[in-house]
Amino acid sequence: MFRYVVKRLLLMIPTLFGAAVLIFLLMRAIPGDICYLRLAAGGGTVAPDVLRICRAELGLDQPLIAQFLTFIKGLVTFDFGKSMWTNRPIIEEIGLRFQLSLQVAIMATLTAILIAIPLGTISAVRQNTWIDYFVRTFTIAGIAMPSFWLGILIILGILITSKAWFGVAWMPPIRYVPLWEDPWYNLSMLIWPALATGYRYSAVATRMTRSALLEVLREDYVRTARAKGLYEKLVINRHALRNALLPVVTVLGIEFAFLMGGLVVTEQVFNLNGLGKLFVESVLNHDYQMTQILVMLVVAIFAFTNFVVDILYAWLDPRIRYTR
Amino acid sequence: MKFKTSLLAVPLAAALAVAGLANPAVAQTPKKGGILKFVVPDEPPSFDGHKETTFALIHPIAPFYSVLIRPDSADPSNSSKFECDICTEMPTSTDGGKQYTFKIRKGLKFHDGSPLTSADVLATFQRIIFPKEGISSARKAQMSMVESVTAPDAETVVFKLKRPSGAFIPALAAPFHFIYSKAKLDADPRWYEQNVMGSGPFIFDIREAGARVTGKRNPNYHHAGQPYIDGFEAIFAKTQTLRVQAIRGDQAVIEFRGFPPKSRDDLVAALGKDITVQESDWNCVLLITPNHEKKPFDDARVRRALTLAVDRWGGAPALSKIAIVKAVGGIVFPGHELAATKEELQQIAGYGPDITKSRDEARRLLKEAGVSNLKFTLTNRGVDQPYTIVGTWLIDQWKQVGIEVTQKVESTGPFYAQLNSGAFDVTLDFNCQSVVNPLSDTAKFLPSDLAGDQYGRFKDPKLAELHDAMNGTDDVKQQRTLMRQYEKRVLDEEAHNFISLWWYRIIPHRTYLKGWKAGPSHYFPNQLDQVWLDK
Repeated sequence: MFRYVVKRLLLMIPTLFGAAVLIFLLMRAIPGDICYLRLAAGGGTVAPDVLRICRAELGLDQPLIAQFLTFIKGLVTFDFGKSMWTNRPIIEEIGLRFQLSLQVAIMATLTAILIAIPLGTISAVRQNTWIDYFVRTFTIAGIAMPSFWLGILIILGILITSKAWFGVAWMPPIRYVPLWEDPWYNLSMLIWPALATGYRYSAVATRMTRSALLEVLREDYVRTARAKGLYEKLVINRHALRNALLPVVTVLGIEFAFLMGGLVVTEQVFNLNGLGKLFVESVLNHDYQMTQILVMLVVAIFAFTNFVVDILYAWLDPRIRYTR
Repeated sequence: MKFKTSLLAVPLAAALAVAGLANPAVAQTPKKGGILKFVVPDEPPSFDGHKETTFALIHPIAPFYSVLIRPDSADPSNSSKFECDICTEMPTSTDGGKQYTFKIRKGLKFHDGSPLTSADVLATFQRIIFPKEGISSARKAQMSMVESVTAPDAETVVFKLKRPSGAFIPALAAPFHFIYSKAKLDADPRWYEQNVMGSGPFIFDIREAGARVTGKRNPNYHHAGQPYIDGFEAIFAKTQTLRVQAIRGDQAVIEFRGFPPKSRDDLVAALGKDITVQESDWNCVLLITPNHEKKPFDDARVRRALTLAVDRWGGAPALSKIAIVKAVGGIVFPGHELAATKEELQQIAGYGPDITKSRDEARRLLKEAGVSNLKFTLTNRGVDQPYTIVGTWLIDQWKQVGIEVTQKVESTGPFYAQLNSGAFDVTLDFNCQSVVNPLSDTAKFLPSDLAGDQYGRFKDPKLAELHDAMNGTDDVKQQRTLMRQYEKRVLDEEAHNFISLWWYRIIPHRTYLKGWKAGPSHYFPNQLDQVWLDK
């Protein structure tokens, strides 16, 4: 198992390096100039010498290779530098947003697990009954409905119903407060985006659970277990579900990593000051340094999540670790 | 029937809400206390007002600072009335209009307790007008009429001008001219980019990256009894839908930039008497700029044809229902004494009363220039209000004379990259200014070798001469005459640029917000020292 873990960890290095090269080159391929954007896009003129000084300060007058080496050195030494847009330490800029994105991702994943596993299981076990049809409709709706649109509907629904029932239109808070500072305020803001994204996420996972379980339920060893006279509950929970969960864990892992940096539109709908919003803003602002670090963070999250999924695979199915 | 009634109710209620402003209620005594929450569409890149040009800086940061003078807070729409903030009275010019002497209030203090004297005002304006190498000053050009600034004693600041200039006082009153501490500037000229320490009505409290800025009441503020509120919270919210819903759900009281008509109507329909709407013409305009270096836009006949095809008088009423544009005007803010009257405008290409005649002339000019089947790309900025809406309208207008246009929408970075490199046919650019100051605001239309933000890529010495002459006199009548010649050359004879429609500011806010008046700019008034919450 130790060799397996070390091998998985070492495989992350080329992935991270490849991502670093790609993002560095891609950012420089986008037309535009951060200095011009900062100094003149709001209206007004900017003197050429001020533009020159700005570019020199940001290191943009250096050859590309020198800029790349500085970036890699920063990554290796964990000195991520300053945002080119705000001139503040990137660690500081990312810190608060990371907390928020992590909390939403965890809440949405929990929502998805709580919905997907029971619904997927019941849908498979009661295949082609009204329960199965209901679950399938529910999941197709979840996949078809974009989270941000559901988010807008949730906000409007809350505004309209609160006005109708209590006479005052209430809206979820639009400013983040950490969970440990004010749990009620925090949850009253984050529960809605967690539900909006968790629903879509659960729809994918429910369908995966259902199809994987249906496949496993047709396996010989399940038939054997039933033939032995085991309780159906035991057959499902102990023998079938555990094996059926392998692809579900993969889906959950990928979705979790995606939620950490990809909730761009949903974050805007609920005014979540998360990593997705920061990502888009830094790309639009041509903040190379911030974008590069954010991409590396998301790649690291994906790589780490895949690593955890691999470990879970090995735990769920011992054959995997024995064969490697 | 019910459906019909509700359709009518929205514009009716909106009209009533706006009309309420025209007949203001009896003046109330301001109440003290409360926190004003407002939404801001963007976060400023830095905190330095001298360097930045965006409203995203003004809305959350201006309340921390004092300025020397400002537009009259009781009547911000009046572009010729100004009042002192830290000076004692508005000066009259001496030395034939070339000198202004300001007396500074006694006993002023910065938030850190240090005294604010004329030395700080001097250091501030030296930094704005004569910045040292490496210091970026966004409004240096607007203050170029100043020859020197001196502080002969602790309570006096003297501005000496190169020549009399009607543009000086409005330029001085720019809301970005925050008074900084000389001591801080001496220690680090760029300290104010990352830090806030002023002498304004509010003391800087919290900044959460990407989320909010908060301020608390300054108990030592120099305007006695103010500010009325205990503090404010500026919440950054990127999407317009969310900002509208935040006001509807009372998570925010106001957004100071402006909403489109539909959002106003939605809020009025949802909140009724709990929402008040303030509206104003806006010192912002979208202008169409052909690239003179690209054929056939090097031909003035083609450029004139483009402006002749646009029905401004017919388009304004329809567009104002869906976009933040309204007034038909020339290069000067409509209603200003230097602006063209309707009769004068109608003498300019594209403003004639008979659109059929104008379009016939456009077709004739295109034929004469040998481009009857003109096709080009309109490079536009990816901002819905009002860029893409006005862009789409223009495409239809040009289609009426047989011109085929494709709209290319770009995000801000690539948009400006193309404008700067000249990789465009025709573009929609903007001219947004703060205090209405036509003598300075119209510098945007100067040739490309003189105005850094003129993207037309042309030279025109006569235009520069006219602008210089206009700025070299303080005789309003003469300024007006020269302005008409300048305008005629920009919009008609050479058609270097042409105006679409002037923007229109719509500010719906919770009715319990009092003491705030919408001005012709989203850059002021925003010190928040006179607002109060009637809750």
